[in-house]
Amino acid sequence: MRFTWWKLLSIALLLYAVIGGLLLPVPELTQLGETIRNLYFHVCMWFAMMILFTISIIHSIKYLNNKRAVHDIKSKEYAAVGSYLGILGYATGAIWASYTWADPNNPAYASFGSIMREPKLIGAALALLVYGAYFILRNSITDIDQKARVSAVYNIFAYAMLFPTIWIIPRLLPSLHPGQEGNPALNFNDIDARMRIVFYPAVMGWTLLGVWIASLKIRLEILKEKKFSNE
Amino acid sequence: MNTGKQILALLKKDLLLERRQQHTLYGILLYIVSTIYVIYLTLDDPDAATWNAIFWITQLFICINAVAKSFLQEAKGRMLYYYTITSPIAFILSKLLYNAILMIAMSIINLMIYTAMLGNPTANFLSYSAIGILGGCGLGIIFTMLAAIASKALQQASLMAILGFPLILPQLMILVRLSKTALGEIFRNGIPLQMISLLLAFDILIIILSVILFPFLWKD
Repeated sequence: MRFTWWKLLSIALLLYAVIGGLLLPVPELTQLGETIRNLYFHVCMWFAMMILFTISIIHSIKYLNNKRAVHDIKSKEYAAVGSYLGILGYATGAIWASYTWADPNNPAYASFGSIMREPKLIGAALALLVYGAYFILRNSITDIDQKARVSAVYNIFAYAMLFPTIWIIPRLLPSLHPGQEGNPALNFNDIDARMRIVFYPAVMGWTLLGVWIASLKIRLEILKEKKFSNE
Repeated sequence: MNTGKQILALLKKDLLLERRQQHTLYGILLYIVSTIYVIYLTLDDPDAATWNAIFWITQLFICINAVAKSFLQEAKGRMLYYYTITSPIAFILSKLLYNAILMIAMSIINLMIYTAMLGNPTANFLSYSAIGILGGCGLGIIFTMLAAIASKALQQASLMAILGFPLILPQLMILVRLSKTALGEIFRNGIPLQMISLLLAFDILIIILSVILFPFLWKD
């Protein structure tokens, strides 16, 4: 097992994020109450997802430049782990919304129709749909080189289209989600100082964990490739 | 031959093919008519918002069907032939141009049949038509690149829809909003213009991306 410093750091940061996130003081807001602590999980997972997708696209560009299969494997695995974090982000967001946004007079699922219209949720759904399409595209091409090339092209194309989208849609529609004028928590003034000391380590922790999982999957995939080519 | 001439020659070839193989063109026309007829029979008397939403959905499906064939009809051998005589940039630009022209024509036909069958709740039909044509053009451009990607894979037609829907959504949302100006909704000053420039910016972005990325798809 390759146990490097950043893996230890990831464990330490996540332990800090969970323990500190549940125990350290947070601002008291009437609507949110203690659910505000979900910020350390929900928002951080989205951040980690975006970072992993960005790593994935960098490897796609590298693949188109030098055509080395290892970049294709990396690009695919980072996208896979990014999507996984995206689904987790969706799940934590759904739990959060059911305590804060859902109409208390109706069962939580009755509010689903109106909650799904949230611009931030549309952006998130689009990102997941795009990467879902990316994996289906990969699986529907049989030739290995062509698969790598075409999916790298789609990855870059989709990513370049997705970013303006995430920027535009929130400005088109009314929203309950925080961060109307951009992306929440990126702005320094958005977030309370007491939360910042947990928030940024948590983002790093989740990202490093994602990179760790992806690196294991990449090694496994490379070993599989080697086994195939030796047989 | 320089790039401009190559683009024109390829465009002329596509238009000529359209004239020679008229069955594909009539196929799309029949598709438009039967789609709208189905909508006409299932939807008695839509209000303006529904009318608008359904119009854009028909535009989207017409676009997928019209644009899909532009790459799917090119046989493998013929692609190899293009490879020897022209550059990828000229090729993709000619396809983008051709599909934009095709979608302008299809949008006009769609608008005519749609209003004839489902009534016309617009306050300003001319500006609605202009938005419809602009939108159709944009849809044609984005699906050109997606058709190029999907043509490399199996089950191409359904794949094109899967690849395209999440990417087309923001444009479609802007278009639906924008076309409400022609339905009589009042917007704050400058907002419609802002949305139009946003759409044009999207189109330019897609053209640039296509020109950069298509050369990688081109080599087999």
